[in-house]
Amino acid sequence: MQERVIDNGKDRGAVFQAARKIAPLAMGYIPVGMAFGVLAQKAGLSVLNAVLMSVFVYAGSAQLIAVGMFAAGAPPVSIILTTFVVNLRHLLMSAALAPHLSKWGLGRMAAFCYQLTDETFALHSMRFAEGDRDRRQTFMINAMAQTVWILSSWAGALAGSGVPDVKPLALDYALPAMFIGLLAMQAENGLKWLTAGFTGLTAVVLVQAGLDQWSVIVATVIGATFGAGVETWTKK
Amino acid sequence: MDQKIVFLTILGMAAVTYIPRAAPMLALAARGIPEPVMRWLSYIPVAVLSAMLAPSLLLHDGSFDFGMDNLFLWAALPAFALAIKTRSFFGTVALGMGLVAAGRFFLGG
Repeated sequence: MQERVIDNGKDRGAVFQAARKIAPLAMGYIPVGMAFGVLAQKAGLSVLNAVLMSVFVYAGSAQLIAVGMFAAGAPPVSIILTTFVVNLRHLLMSAALAPHLSKWGLGRMAAFCYQLTDETFALHSMRFAEGDRDRRQTFMINAMAQTVWILSSWAGALAGSGVPDVKPLALDYALPAMFIGLLAMQAENGLKWLTAGFTGLTAVVLVQAGLDQWSVIVATVIGATFGAGVETWTKK
Repeated sequence: MDQKIVFLTILGMAAVTYIPRAAPMLALAARGIPEPVMRWLSYIPVAVLSAMLAPSLLLHDGSFDFGMDNLFLWAALPAFALAIKTRSFFGTVALGMGLVAAGRFFLGG
């Protein structure tokens, strides 16, 4: 009995701490998740499918791009391929966190990776760097973050039919604004910014050349090669 | 829209999202990724984000648009400044969307 009481107290403390840690992240998830829900409804997705996408895919920018493609009548294969390219960036985040979680065992690592997003990566890499690798806390943070995401998209999908036009609310700017925020989080030095500028211009040139479908992946490969090349060259 | 096809597409998206998230960590549990590959990968996030962002800011109907009514471009400047200064994801999204909404309201775009 005594132990039970202490355990409960510890539980509440851990929940409270996790909630405090995800508060800034949740503030970002709520408007973007609602924007996704509204746009999904407008694109013709059922409320259930909008919510299921947040449950199974759980990747903000890919979900927003996907509903845009659904609305444009794009074939499923190209939606899936685009999702793959857009989410390739998580390769690096997964590799970067790997050393911190190497003692967790494959099953727990596999579960952790399911909820690895740009935002949870930023949060956990900060925590891990400070030596805070508490497993319960980590999973609690991830579960809370995805819950906020799912509820926001659900609310957006329900509200969707009541929103006559997404333009006055600038919901079509949620994705570009999100990219700006993520880019500032990722670009930690001058060379990263230079790479961003170079890649952006490459993408613009490719779109102008009529290669809309391939601009993102081709520009990304050229841009990353440019950045890595400049880094290698300036180090020698 | 056929919701069954949408659902199957979602499952496909889920698979291609999960693989890049999990593969490196699970593979690294066994052995490391070579340094040059890691270096190349470290430029993927900024590259893919700007490849998706730049056309939406600079192009309008397939051609360059530096006009005053290209709200997407002009709202991006203060949004970038705020993002770099505060690193606040929420602040950046709110400011960007707020500026575009305000611009449309006042300029009737």
